[in-house]
Amino acid sequence: MSAASVVLVLGDDVSTDVIYPGRYMATVLPSETPQYAFADLAAFNARLKAGAVPAGSVIVAGKNFGCGSSREQAVSTLKGHELVVVAESFARIFLQNAINLGLRLVEAPGVAAAEGDGLAIGVAEVMNLTNGRRYPVRPLPAARQAILDAGGLIAFTRHRLTAPAASR
Amino acid sequence: MGMTVVQQILARASGRSDVAVGDVVEPAVDLAMSHENAALVINQFREIFRDTGLEARPWDPSRIAIIFDHRVPAESPKTATNQKKVREFVAAHGITRFHDIRGDRGGICHQILPENGYVRPGAVVVGTDSHTTSHGALGAFAFGIGATEMASVWALGYAVNVEVPATIRVNVNGALPPMVGPKDLILHLVGVLGAAGATFRVLEFHGDTIRTMPTSGRLTLCNMAVEAGATSGIVPADAETLRYLKEDAGVVEAVHTTPLDPDAEYERTVDVDVAALAPQIACPHTVDNVRPVGDVAGRHVDQIVIGSCTNGRLDDLAVAARILKGRKVAASTRMLVFPASGRIYREALAAGYVADLVEAGAVVMNAGCGPCLGVHEGALGDGEVALSTTNRNFKGRMGNPTADVYLCSPAVAAASAVTGVITDPRREGQP
Repeated sequence: MSAASVVLVLGDDVSTDVIYPGRYMATVLPSETPQYAFADLAAFNARLKAGAVPAGSVIVAGKNFGCGSSREQAVSTLKGHELVVVAESFARIFLQNAINLGLRLVEAPGVAAAEGDGLAIGVAEVMNLTNGRRYPVRPLPAARQAILDAGGLIAFTRHRLTAPAASR
Repeated sequence: MGMTVVQQILARASGRSDVAVGDVVEPAVDLAMSHENAALVINQFREIFRDTGLEARPWDPSRIAIIFDHRVPAESPKTATNQKKVREFVAAHGITRFHDIRGDRGGICHQILPENGYVRPGAVVVGTDSHTTSHGALGAFAFGIGATEMASVWALGYAVNVEVPATIRVNVNGALPPMVGPKDLILHLVGVLGAAGATFRVLEFHGDTIRTMPTSGRLTLCNMAVEAGATSGIVPADAETLRYLKEDAGVVEAVHTTPLDPDAEYERTVDVDVAALAPQIACPHTVDNVRPVGDVAGRHVDQIVIGSCTNGRLDDLAVAARILKGRKVAASTRMLVFPASGRIYREALAAGYVADLVEAGAVVMNAGCGPCLGVHEGALGDGEVALSTTNRNFKGRMGNPTADVYLCSPAVAAASAVTGVITDPRREGQP
């Protein structure tokens, strides 16, 4: 169980164009992408760049978060700030990219919160500490959990290459 | 137990006799496609091999395709340097399915792959682009992945974490009315299913309308399956697929198709009758915000775009040229055309379409993704309205978060170019 503060609340269908606008796609390095997180939400981007958003802070969103492009920058830009996304559901490629890079996502159908609310995020449920409401967490399938447990897809793949017994 | 087309493909590629929905498999990859983001794939690929003592070599360079299309010619020194780095990698590893910025063999990845015969029925195709779903048009299981996952594929030759998806069967019947085409069908379907209505699912297309639809139209359908959240779209390979591969893609060797399993199990079936379908339009700012075009007819448009991996093929340009021949793009708007490949550009030149479009006032650009993703070329001014045959209308998609983007067919785009306002092409010349 970890408790963190909600720093941004968004609706359904937040696209990768909103998370990381296409005009910054020539920037690929995870060390450089964080500056463009939510670049078109100027106030939030400014807070991120000013270091005013602590690691572990939470974005709460509706259904289909991360829809659209496969751009991995949309994950590395959030990972760079160590943000956590709690949403009702995620788009497939974004979800897989997040697992591969170790960005923490929590799927909690029905989740609702306001900016400034505190959330306690557990394995089985998310509790809004401000109003006491609880939302069950949908667990990750085992195969995805295995990649997370390995420390991401790079470490997972490296292990496959170097440990013959681990081959498929 | 019956299997859908995608289940059959995944069983074969995973060395299993059968697979069930929800199984996690590790299918061998037949084709691994990237565009400019190969620059990031290369970084991640090298990172996998770091400190292993192993040489960082791709498992099979002949199964890797790299096509520059997103920012061509380069819009910035940064992009040009990324492209340079990819060229060096391509040369070092002998990757022959490389398509540089060229008028003869360049173009958009989702046109280059089919027109060169790189995609075959039954193949597993992965691409670092969400619209990789397009290649289901040839009966392949094709899906988008991120750059790190592609680096893993380059290292291993298989994808490590593929959950066998459930399939939604889409039966499409009826004759498409005049001025209504595959784009209207897929916009309608995305509207019906919703932006997340097919997440973790495959859309498998059947019916008379599909059987008589050319591969170009099937590419448009499968291209936008991802806009309903689908892992992939697929049209089971048939006589048209074999014709396309032989006649249009120049494939000389025998192509095999997998027979359909009559006992295949579908999660659900969606029936669409297109006989009465009106031209459709997706309104800002989600692709599932779809209405008949008449609902927004008359709205002023600042920029019209025809092209992209969705609608930049020869028959799309033919529709536009037929409408614009001998007429003029309205003075109050501007029109940009992006053919999907150099080959299509040359075919459009030979057919006279380019002359028709340019004489009407359109600007015909080089083949590429152009303004679709808001990187360069055709930027929109504050508060402007674009009408585009591309595939996404998210806020900021075409580079300006204050602009509105509407998505439509080439017929709607061309008819609207004449009037300068959103126009039903069945009532050309009048808003």
